[in-house]
Amino acid sequence: MANARQKIQSLCQSTGQSSIELVANFGRGTLFILGVLSATPSALLRVDLLLKQLYVAGVQSLPIILMAGLFVGMVLSLQGYNVLVDYNSEEAVGTMTALSLVRELGPVVAALLFAGRAGSALTAEIGLMRSTEQISALEMMAIDPLKYIYAPRFLAVLISLPMLTLLFTALGILGGYLISVGWLGVDEGAFWSQMHSHVDWHDDVMNGIIKSVAFALLIAVIALYQGFNAIPTSEGVSGATTRTVVHASLGVLALDFMLTTLMFN
Amino acid sequence: MGVNTEKPLIEIKNLTFSRGNRKIFDDITLSIPKGKITAIMGPSGSGKTTLLKLIAGQLTPDSGEIYVLGENVHTVSRKRIYQLRRKMGMLFQSGALLTDLTVFDNVAFPLREHTKLPESVISALVLMKLQAVGLRGAKALMPAELSGGMARRVALARGIALDPEMIFYDEPFVGQDPITMGVLVELIQKLNDSLGLTSVVVSHDVDEVLSIADYVCVISEGKLIAEGTKDQILQESTGYVNQFVNGLADGPVPFHFPSDSYKEDLAKLSGMTVNDSKGSV
Repeated sequence: MANARQKIQSLCQSTGQSSIELVANFGRGTLFILGVLSATPSALLRVDLLLKQLYVAGVQSLPIILMAGLFVGMVLSLQGYNVLVDYNSEEAVGTMTALSLVRELGPVVAALLFAGRAGSALTAEIGLMRSTEQISALEMMAIDPLKYIYAPRFLAVLISLPMLTLLFTALGILGGYLISVGWLGVDEGAFWSQMHSHVDWHDDVMNGIIKSVAFALLIAVIALYQGFNAIPTSEGVSGATTRTVVHASLGVLALDFMLTTLMFN
Repeated sequence: MGVNTEKPLIEIKNLTFSRGNRKIFDDITLSIPKGKITAIMGPSGSGKTTLLKLIAGQLTPDSGEIYVLGENVHTVSRKRIYQLRRKMGMLFQSGALLTDLTVFDNVAFPLREHTKLPESVISALVLMKLQAVGLRGAKALMPAELSGGMARRVALARGIALDPEMIFYDEPFVGQDPITMGVLVELIQKLNDSLGLTSVVVSHDVDEVLSIADYVCVISEGKLIAEGTKDQILQESTGYVNQFVNGLADGPVPFHFPSDSYKEDLAKLSGMTVNDSKGSV
């Protein structure tokens, strides 16, 4: 009887403790995000810091984004052609490739690749800066890490991902063109004119850009918070990096579903 | 405190701080006199580094107050605490140099961030600080190319770049060879005297610390157990302070981790063996 009471008591204690930790984590996360947002305007004035982060997050992600865009476009047009040719509609392959890329694959695949390439690097960098006391050292030098470390990286992600998405989509369309027109013999005029008439600037292109901005916001918040909250040990940093990729990837897919429902349903 | 009649630079009053269920500090009160080298000593894990972070306002106590230059660091605004930190320098155990900057840029970093001095003046100041720690010749090296001792000296040059009023040393001698230790001991003493600094050294390297400290505080299990001048501490012939200062294996801190009696443990073990052998037969 006493044993059962003890078990119930310890269950209540652990549940209570987990609940308190959950709320505390949520509060810490919210305060952190608000802190980063409030430091963002001043980070705009530090062009040197912003340019460096744009180079690290944006320019260094270019190879993977451009290569992936080209291959995704090539595969899309190849698969699309094989289906459309049965209905004598192979000229529509340009429209199909462009719409798939602009509405969905461009923002989503670019965001997934970016989370793996730049998001994980951000978390690891900040986590290691914490474990080597570099962030504490900045605070002791009276330099606010929110302004010096977090806000420039937040802005760099917010600016680079939409631009990388546009490049991914452009390269995808180019890949589609090379396969459809150059290899499979689709009429070049029909390829471009059908695409031009069916892809809408506002409904398709703008919605795609809005999606990529939303994904950038999500990845930036997850990557920075995981770095900020990483336990300063090698195991802690590796765990935080993994969480960034997993949470950001699942978050992007879930958010994409919600945004697609709102935009295209 | 008896060492200096001037108002202390740092005053800690009834400080209590916990991490989870573990009480790191339990109602500690102490003062750090101006212009002196104060050593805070204690065994590993006694919260010495935590104390420095509390003084710098990087951590918040559960209760109690910490006054730096007469201001309570935990009630002032965020802006004010950053202003106060400009008057503090800190030498971290790892050096904590920014890994993407050269030695020169690391030392120039606080000057570039906090002043609008022309680059030529900053260069002169940086060379002066590097000369003081004997590493002017290493200005172009990256932190990864430095030994542990050199990294600490660069960090020290960076710590004094803004000419602070006080400097905190977090375990400056840990893991250093005898020559580097000697260099660091001399540097701490020289900088304190020539720059008129107030130095706080947290360490458990008894000989090195006692050779330069004007005043010593010993912390153990969350309490301030002894304080006084170097001689007063050395004269403590009994108890924990004696064990700590003289590095004795047994004393108030027992050699054995608390456990059941050794005989009982052995008896249990042989009982299990007998049962096992019976079972197997």
